Amino acid sequence: MTTIQEGAEPRHAAEPRHGLRMLIVWLVLSLAADLVIWFIWKPHLPPGDMSSSAQHQQFDIAVLAISGAPVFIAVVGYFIYAIVVWRAKPGDDSDGAPIHSNIKVQAAWIIGTSAIVLWLFVFGTIELITPAGAGAGEGPTPIWQLAGKQTAVWTPGSNDVLQVQVIGQQWVWTFRYPQFGGMESTQLNLPVDTPVEFHVTSLDVIHEFWAYQLGVKADANPDVDNVAYTEAKQVGGVTVRCSELCGIWHGAMFTYGKVESQSAFQSWASGVQSAEQSSGVLSALPAYALTYDPTVIPQLGKQMVNVDGITGAAGYYYPSTDPVQP
Amino acid sequence: MSVPVRAAALIVAFLIVVGLGVFTALYYIGATSTQLTTVHYAASGGQVNVVLQEDPQNNSATTPDWVSYYVQDPSSKQWIHTTLFSVPANTKVNMTIYGYDGCTPLRNNYWSQVQGTTGGTVTVSQFDQHGKEYVTNNTTSVINSWANCNAGHTFAIPSLGVFVPVASPNAQLSANNLCSSSPCTTSGNPYALETFSFRTPAQGGVFRWQCLIPCGGGYLDGNGGPMQTLGFMMGEMDVVAS
Repeated sequence: MTTIQEGAEPRHAAEPRHGLRMLIVWLVLSLAADLVIWFIWKPHLPPGDMSSSAQHQQFDIAVLAISGAPVFIAVVGYFIYAIVVWRAKPGDDSDGAPIHSNIKVQAAWIIGTSAIVLWLFVFGTIELITPAGAGAGEGPTPIWQLAGKQTAVWTPGSNDVLQVQVIGQQWVWTFRYPQFGGMESTQLNLPVDTPVEFHVTSLDVIHEFWAYQLGVKADANPDVDNVAYTEAKQVGGVTVRCSELCGIWHGAMFTYGKVESQSAFQSWASGVQSAEQSSGVLSALPAYALTYDPTVIPQLGKQMVNVDGITGAAGYYYPSTDPVQP
Repeated sequence: MSVPVRAAALIVAFLIVVGLGVFTALYYIGATSTQLTTVHYAASGGQVNVVLQEDPQNNSATTPDWVSYYVQDPSSKQWIHTTLFSVPANTKVNMTIYGYDGCTPLRNNYWSQVQGTTGGTVTVSQFDQHGKEYVTNNTTSVINSWANCNAGHTFAIPSLGVFVPVASPNAQLSANNLCSSSPCTTSGNPYALETFSFRTPAQGGVFRWQCLIPCGGGYLDGNGGPMQTLGFMMGEMDVVAS
């Protein structure tokens, strides 16, 4: 029978190679998690893959999840391993082994965390500056231009950029199509496989245009032309919401749109343009502009009534020189 | 003090604090909100007749200078200061709106276009304060608020695609003669009478409606006050499925 002499170091049975064990488990679990993320989770990640913007966002989220999963597994796996393997045995009230610095562990920690942070920095930066990466480089003064031809009239199958102005007002969205005579609609219709240039603005307070399935989100500020690009890759429905608290009916400020074939879009847009021309609505609208000052009445060539800085208050009239025929 | 007693005391103290907070919030909300009446309209022959009026002011004690809609009770014909009404589902709604308020330009003149009504039109008549009808049954698809100054407000149910500019009395003929006591009556006041129809959806639900003209006088850009308050220039149409 072996005995331990008082004052001598206890003799331990050969310790398993904990580091190697954990490394193998971590590698297997990380690989499995990353494969699941890429092949199973990614196709279902929001906002889907309906447009170029949405596809880029889905890709970014998936890559970041793949980068984060091994870190998460390492942290949680170490905790679980430590709790299971190194937990105190019943009746063992002795102190644990003294902790000494370990160059290998320290180096691995510094190198590992530096590599992770550097990777996130490089990937994030590339995605931000890459056109259509994550919506970066757009806004009031875009730093890049959408591929496609800028034309006064949009033609199907021509790679013309379709311009769509998004106008927010408490609590409705309207959309103007300058290449179709500046016609305006409550519907957002877009052609598939066409570069689209949104010009987002507001007539009153701050709103935010959020075409969910397209992965497009842009502030709608009064007197600001906020540019956002996308290209729809599939036909289907689009939900447009306001994502900036804009008043009591903010939650109800949504509408629906659709991505359709180029010929169907051409037919729809031309039809609306003709209808608005014949009804007189088109001529009642202000000339297409990137922003509008709602206190100005273009037809009258003057500012509307403005009392104490308040415009549009009830009961105020134009001067009697204005036409009065209903 | 034992651990269970201390834990119980802590839980009780926590519940008291939370309860006080909830009570205070509910008390405050209850004290400041106004219960609005819902006017119920029943269908007859597959149709229902809804009658509204919009006034330059209202008869409330707190904000009498706010512009406001009123809803007519179908039984008593009394004007109720509310913007809540209910109609049956899958029914033709014949709307009548008396416009007593003066004209105000639309912020987006696109809303001059009538949308979502039967035939895409409204029918407008206008009367001066002596009851003289100077425009009779003018059926139109556009009331251009910028060119003619004859749209007072709008009646819009965005989720049903109903957008209707509501005519005002003639600017020149009604200047300084607008109704000054609400609810307004046709006697002695200039007004516009507008009618149109639309169909309620087959499914029930609550549909908000609103005015799109910035008519909140005294508020920045005319967007506050009555524009943001139930019972004035915005309301709810409760579509009741049978």
